Amino acid sequence: MQILQILVDGFAISSLYALGALGFTLIFGVSGVLNLAHGGIMVVAALIGWYSAGELGLGTYLGTLIGILAGVITAFISYFCVVRPIQRSRAIPHEETEIFVLTGTLLLGIMIQDGMAYLFSDNPITMRPLIAGVTHIAGVRTPINEIMIAVICWAVIGLLWLLVNRTRIGKSLLAASMNPRGLTLLGFELSRIYLLVWTIYGVLAGLAGVLLASFLGVGTNNAGQLTASAFSIVVLGGLGSVSGSLIAAYVVGYLETITAYMVAPTLRPIPALILLIVVVYVRPQGLLGRR
Amino acid sequence: MKKVFGSPVFWFAVVAILVLALLPLWVSGYILGILTVAYYYGVFSMAWDLLFGFAGEVNFGPTFLIGLGAYTAALMNNAGIGIPFCMIGGTFVALVGGLLLAVPALRLRGPYFGLITLVAVLLLQNAIVIFARFTGGEIGMTVADVLSIDTNVNYWYALGFMVVCGVILFGLSRSALGLILQASGQDSIEAQALGFNVVKHKLAAFCISAIFSGLTGTMLVFYMGATSVDTIIDISIGVQIIIAAVLGGRRTILGGAIGAIFLIVATEFLRPLGQLNTFVVSGVALLVILFFPDGMLGYLLRKGERG
Repeated sequence: MQILQILVDGFAISSLYALGALGFTLIFGVSGVLNLAHGGIMVVAALIGWYSAGELGLGTYLGTLIGILAGVITAFISYFCVVRPIQRSRAIPHEETEIFVLTGTLLLGIMIQDGMAYLFSDNPITMRPLIAGVTHIAGVRTPINEIMIAVICWAVIGLLWLLVNRTRIGKSLLAASMNPRGLTLLGFELSRIYLLVWTIYGVLAGLAGVLLASFLGVGTNNAGQLTASAFSIVVLGGLGSVSGSLIAAYVVGYLETITAYMVAPTLRPIPALILLIVVVYVRPQGLLGRR
Repeated sequence: MKKVFGSPVFWFAVVAILVLALLPLWVSGYILGILTVAYYYGVFSMAWDLLFGFAGEVNFGPTFLIGLGAYTAALMNNAGIGIPFCMIGGTFVALVGGLLLAVPALRLRGPYFGLITLVAVLLLQNAIVIFARFTGGEIGMTVADVLSIDTNVNYWYALGFMVVCGVILFGLSRSALGLILQASGQDSIEAQALGFNVVKHKLAAFCISAIFSGLTGTMLVFYMGATSVDTIIDISIGVQIIIAAVLGGRRTILGGAIGAIFLIVATEFLRPLGQLNTFVVSGVALLVILFFPDGMLGYLLRKGERG
């Protein structure tokens, strides 16, 4: 009985983790950026979505869309106001760009967190579920919203797979992750590809933020933890490897759910952290990463 | 030696320290309290810069080392041991913890090293909450002894401590160790080809950083008379230390102290803004990174070289 409960609950949270981490690994794979404002983007999407759905009375669906839009805008801000200026700056030595991008996005994340806390207070909010009601899966009481979240996550992941593997623009995206210089030599505009990647990233992170708000609730104080969990999932799966991230999301999601149910809810994040340390020491490239 | 005494930077530093040392004659205890904390943060930032600016390793977890030192000292003190031994004990545990963390982690490069240090902070934070029976958990714990109950004395302790640490760290950064670290941070393959043991030097830098962070952590505990996760270990504290070092100027050591004092005083000045003060301070730090990536001291030094 409890095992079934864990299976069902863990699946929903893992799907959300997968969606959240997917965008993070995508921009790392294509443009080599680790965006530490990631959690901030999710929080912005969640709060704006909640505000327009509830307080402005626009309804859950329109609110979700506005939330995703807010996520995309925030992603653009982090790219155009922080990441790109640092990458293009002449005053920053080339080998230190990575460190500066990390510090810069970290600062932006803090600004987002505090700015949002100022506008909306730091109380956690919960969005009304997309679909209300409860059903039973093999005898486990499950909110329909939870099933819905898993379905949406996998639909989006499927769409992304189609985009990357089956369309021309998606293939150029894949090529950019392998050899950006070669791509520019073939006459592709690299900046346009980066713009596309950051748009996709904004949509993914925004959607994950809104769905998280309707599932567990989101507060501005979660921003750092959301970044950390995306970061660790992505490292666990192998930096830049999409399928690795998906597997890692399920490993972390289930590990946390099992700990919460079987041991104690307070110890929830610990086994995943220990696993992360072991993996980084034994196999630094992650589960499916390239070296 | 002649070069040191002849340089304007040296005399500027001497005058600045003298003015700071005489501050208790003019300003209120409230301001002194803020500056006392700022000086301890200055040492954290300087110790962090040795690792980042010189060895090129981003340590996201300076508070792991600080927390180990602080909590060890607090636990020892509550067991009835005197302050000096608590400080030695805390520093020692921070060093051992740093070694356990660094020996395997330094084999990793770039983001992986940063991640491991970040995870170390999260684990320490969780461990303190789990063993709440001994550590006071999220509420924190008080210590039996304090350095002094006099604001002025505490202020001078902190200033003196920062100056001594600054001199030692600055000297180290200008020594052979500092040069080799800088070389291995910029091109570790070439440094290795020149016959330097890069890992050994980076390990030494990490140990020095751990010793100073741990020792300062114990000082901070005996100044505040209490320790808690939110004031010592939380990731936001680590971020402040990092911002201060980058703001003051990386690869300058002394910039860390300047950055920390600026950051803490600015946060205090902006307190009327309420919740927005962290927002503004991070914004300013971001602008500095974007437009003056060398930081305040780095910018001045570079300008001096040109002019």
